[in-house]
Amino acid sequence: MVDAPSDAENNTAEAFLQGGSLKHAPGPYFGTYGGRWMPESLIAALDELEDTFEKAKADPDFVAQIADLNRNYSGRPSLLTEAKRFAEHAGGVRVFLKREDLNHTGSHKINNVIGQALLAKRMGKTRIIAETGAGQHGVASATAAALMGMECVVYMGAEDCRRQALNVARMELLGATVIPVTSGSQTLKDAINEALRDWVANVGNTHYLLGTAAGAHPFPAMVRYFHEVIGEEARAQILEQTGSLPDAVCACIGGGSNAIGIFHGFLDDPSVKIYGFEAGGDGVDTGRHAATITLGKPGVLHGARSYLMQDDDGQTIESHSISAGLDYPGVGPEHAYLADIGRVSYEPITDAEAMEAFRILCRTEGIIPAIESAHALAGAMKVGQRLAAEAGDASEKIIIVNLSGRGDKDVAQAAEWFDLLDKDSPEAEIGKEGEQL
Amino acid sequence: MSTAQTASKSAAAIDKARAEGRAALIGYLPAGYPDVEQTIAAGIALAENGADLIEIGIPYSDPVMDGQVIQAATTEALAKGFHVRQVFDVVAGITSKTDAAVLVMTYWNPVVRMGVDEFSRRLAEAGGAGLITPDLIPDEASEWFEASDKYGLDRVFLVAPSSTPERMKRTVEASRGFVYAVSIMGVTGARTSVSSAAKDVVAAAHHAGAERVCVGLGVSTAAQVREIGAYAEGVIVGTALVAAIRDGGVQAVADLTRELSTGLVREEA
Repeated sequence: MVDAPSDAENNTAEAFLQGGSLKHAPGPYFGTYGGRWMPESLIAALDELEDTFEKAKADPDFVAQIADLNRNYSGRPSLLTEAKRFAEHAGGVRVFLKREDLNHTGSHKINNVIGQALLAKRMGKTRIIAETGAGQHGVASATAAALMGMECVVYMGAEDCRRQALNVARMELLGATVIPVTSGSQTLKDAINEALRDWVANVGNTHYLLGTAAGAHPFPAMVRYFHEVIGEEARAQILEQTGSLPDAVCACIGGGSNAIGIFHGFLDDPSVKIYGFEAGGDGVDTGRHAATITLGKPGVLHGARSYLMQDDDGQTIESHSISAGLDYPGVGPEHAYLADIGRVSYEPITDAEAMEAFRILCRTEGIIPAIESAHALAGAMKVGQRLAAEAGDASEKIIIVNLSGRGDKDVAQAAEWFDLLDKDSPEAEIGKEGEQL
Repeated sequence: MSTAQTASKSAAAIDKARAEGRAALIGYLPAGYPDVEQTIAAGIALAENGADLIEIGIPYSDPVMDGQVIQAATTEALAKGFHVRQVFDVVAGITSKTDAAVLVMTYWNPVVRMGVDEFSRRLAEAGGAGLITPDLIPDEASEWFEASDKYGLDRVFLVAPSSTPERMKRTVEASRGFVYAVSIMGVTGARTSVSSAAKDVVAAAHHAGAERVCVGLGVSTAAQVREIGAYAEGVIVGTALVAAIRDGGVQAVADLTRELSTGLVREEA
């Protein structure tokens, strides 16, 4: 039995400054967060997964297999692109975009699904289940399942199915079965609940391919492992292009998988400030947001102890964000820990701020970002202005933004937001339904 | 399973049934469905018609171990404004009128939110016997060990067909009152037959040292109660009772309980 260490024993900002490392935290606990708050029925499966994962990491064949798929299927390494015209909106500092939007399937999600699908095969499982909010993780899971010849079932909130009909079609084209979830609030958290119910009943032949760095051990540490390539590439690329480390790294955070992936590369570089931008929705004072770390309280949900949006009774509160991918009332436990020790700053970005950054990136760089990633861009604009204010020469300051996904999936919603559609067009209807959530 | 340090209400109720040569019957009802008064009335009806222990569920926003019938009931209770603190009114309302041992079944976050010690204190004060915790494993339960010892509450952990011998032993040792054996790999809900896995889980729990093992998930008929009562110390019925209160109110709960209790095995002398 591993006892959860107390906060006092883990004052890691200190350990960090004294030369300890924050990288490769193995779980199950990150400070007092993480763990396994799960039904006993699933513990054997989690043990099997942990064991398989640990052995795979140490197996050169597995590592080579991942590297090969990353290179020749996903298209890694993803580019690091300097955004010179966008930078004018970020106080004139140098801004570099880590182009996860250029990966196969259009986001960072592919890194994790390839890794977990390979593990599923190693365990002899023939069926993959997954949850999805906007559809990105569902599409990535369906992709990996098709590639590896596995059955795939994706649980998706009924509300999300309606507003992301094209992504449902994409998953079905890839051979997956999409099951609309009508329980609870019919959104991402309920899709996770339904996937867990499926897993309990079918754990013999089924792997639950969780899409974010949350959930019970070993998921947070394992999902991070598969995304660490983002941070490792970015660190090497920025050194190669500029000769120095960045002053700041920015990422958006829902469950937090793209963020933990890029943060990982820089956690042990004390000069690099790290920022996670949560979905502020209509504003954190409105109650309609998904700013879990900013306003949530510690609790347990979906297998981990972490920050959680909950009421006084411990019931999960529904989150709200223009971005379905950030619309989750929990957050990965490693982020909760990094927030508590002060290594990473977490700040909310409102829907309006994110959409303004979305517009600016489109117009200045010819890149349409995912609305999720637009939260990181909006945060980078703020951070850039702060850095510029304290620097003699802003152009000596460097920010890396994790551009976690492309915005093709968000075009209807963005067109509605910017009022680009004929009022009576079917596209306007789709955009409106999206915006309501 | 340690019963020596604290008088376990659940163990006493199961032992009383055993002394009568039969298994104990345990009935589940969600608090606040259709309202708090009817939960209390139905709990009393359970006790008066043959249930030895009563399990009161706290409606929760994310019930991952529950099937559709219980989900629908607890979702409705929450929509009507159920508050966690009302579970203590339900427990006190039943324990003040009956001799049944009353446990609370709850997902863990509502307990965390109130504070494990505070929740335990109020449960004990209401006359509650202890907690059944479907998403809390002993590995994460250090606070609950402390509070349950302090207030003399039973700790009912779950074991499953997938539990390894090591985990079985550990969970049995961590439990007090009884061990909850999950009959199948799945969520709550009535099933036409109880899988053969149930008997194996009970045998494994006994082998690991459990004196009292109660079987839940999928049990809905007197015939199933009879089948399980032959090898387990207790039989837990949930979904069928929730459907009864949904369709026929307190009277239907009383009728079903009477019917189920006909399945309790009476050993040949």
